[in-house]
Amino acid sequence: MKRRLPLIIVMLTGIGMIIQYFIPHPVSKAIYKQSIDWVIIISAFYLVLGVGGIFIINYQKIKRRKEGWWLSIITLSALIITALIGIFGGIDNKSVFMDIFMYIQLPMQAAMFSLLAFYIASAAFRSFRARTPEATVLLITATIVMLGRVPIGSLIYRGLPGITEWILSTVSLAAQRGILLGVGLGSIATSMKIILGIERSYLGGGE
Amino acid sequence: MRYYKLILYLIFFSFVFLLGIPHLYGDATIRAFDTPNDDGSSITVKWNYTGTGDTFELFRKTVSDTNWQKLKTLPLSKHSYVDDNTVRGVQYQYGIRIKTDTILSEMVISKPVSAKAQFFDTGKTLILVLILGYFAILIYFIGAAKKGKSLFIRKIAGLDALDEAVGRATEMGKPILFIPGISSMSDIATIAAVNILGPVAKKVAEYGTDLLVPNKDPIVASVTQEVVKESYLEAGRPDLFNPNKIWFVTDSQFAYAAAVQGIMVRERPATILLLGYFYAESLLLAETGNSTGAIQIAGTDAVDQLPFFITSCDYTIMGEELYAAGAYLSKEPTLLSSIKAQDYGKIAIFATLLLGLILGLLKSNWLINILTVR
Repeated sequence: MKRRLPLIIVMLTGIGMIIQYFIPHPVSKAIYKQSIDWVIIISAFYLVLGVGGIFIINYQKIKRRKEGWWLSIITLSALIITALIGIFGGIDNKSVFMDIFMYIQLPMQAAMFSLLAFYIASAAFRSFRARTPEATVLLITATIVMLGRVPIGSLIYRGLPGITEWILSTVSLAAQRGILLGVGLGSIATSMKIILGIERSYLGGGE
Repeated sequence: MRYYKLILYLIFFSFVFLLGIPHLYGDATIRAFDTPNDDGSSITVKWNYTGTGDTFELFRKTVSDTNWQKLKTLPLSKHSYVDDNTVRGVQYQYGIRIKTDTILSEMVISKPVSAKAQFFDTGKTLILVLILGYFAILIYFIGAAKKGKSLFIRKIAGLDALDEAVGRATEMGKPILFIPGISSMSDIATIAAVNILGPVAKKVAEYGTDLLVPNKDPIVASVTQEVVKESYLEAGRPDLFNPNKIWFVTDSQFAYAAAVQGIMVRERPATILLLGYFYAESLLLAETGNSTGAIQIAGTDAVDQLPFFITSCDYTIMGEELYAAGAYLSKEPTLLSSIKAQDYGKIAIFATLLLGLILGLLKSNWLINILTVR
């Protein structure tokens, strides 16, 4: 029963949601909206559980003086201080809470994102080495696309932006669509397997 | 003489008046009807008019009402309007007038109509037929697999390498890092990743290796924890299961990326599995993993992130292969049959594309018309 009940719930919900998709009636829309609301409520509860988990893991790290335990002190302090500031000081645009978000969290996120440029450069350097015929084709294509995207490209050869556009909108897009078609079929098959109770790995274990 | 002038004035003004009136009489028709395939919240009004004028003025009233309420002024090029501010079941009448600078024509009025909610969206009939067709193929192959029919499934290198990757971690005495993407549990890619996590965790438990699963979503964290726990139980090693090694990190994308990069650098895992849906953080994670010397297997259906994984990882499971992974690893015939159904689905799509190409060259829109979802 421990396993059967979740499977029955999944099957009924799955079939219900498929049927709902084809019914434009307000009752059907209300059921859909209600389901979405449930998901939001459940997510909120899980977030509390997740934060609880962060507390436990970091607390244990500090207690057992594991390697990097002082980082856990920073994590927990930041979590507690930010939460207290938000609860007692409010979260409107001029609050300290928003200042923390705007002047600490956002710049840190932007810094992480900007690292991507360097990672792209190192990854590109590795993949563009013309060791095999495929890598040579990749190198040539990448060079054309990169040059076609910057002003100097059209100075070198006026037709370069056009060639770049053709590579992106025809060659690259055709391959992408091929993958996307497979993804579409795969996601339907996976959904069907879950709804029919054939795929049970997500419940943990086999039988 | 006076009468003569009066008659002349009358003729002149009548002429001007007649010129000023748009050619509405006999040329305009209006039709209001319940908008098809909706929840009964709108009425569609369509009209035909071939004369001159500047704008249309659309009016509405309920049947019981006497006063017309102006709804909208529309350009002469417009010939339809969807009134989505109606009450279901109430009967409405619509009227239209043509306006010039000085004159407003007489109103042409529609028959009374009310908005009704539909129980089936006929515009989605084709989708239903295709889903049912695909469902039938799936059921057929599941039935065939149950009867013992052998199904040939092509090799997927990335999935075959999973054994080697887990074995390598065991030999090196280092942990395995499993990242189930950064999407939520409602994403099929995340479900597929969780489906792979089950067999991987079982193998990890059998070998007695460490498994780390940092999560970006609290629900995914809970599910992955449960899956790993069950797998350890199934492998007969529940003593090795440590719930603190499958945890929720943060729901902020780049904070999560930073945390996972930190784990990679500190823990130096021998194997990194990046499976699920990824966004811009994909390369941050894959490049950091690459720099630590770990064997990396990535799998995603995010087409934009695939080139990054191909560049930085040892094996990449592409698109639909990710969905097939659970079945491939379990070797369960009923699950494998779905991969076969997918292949037949692809053949059907390829055949349709080919037919569309030929018909397109013959300048026929027949297939496009059939396949258009309204």
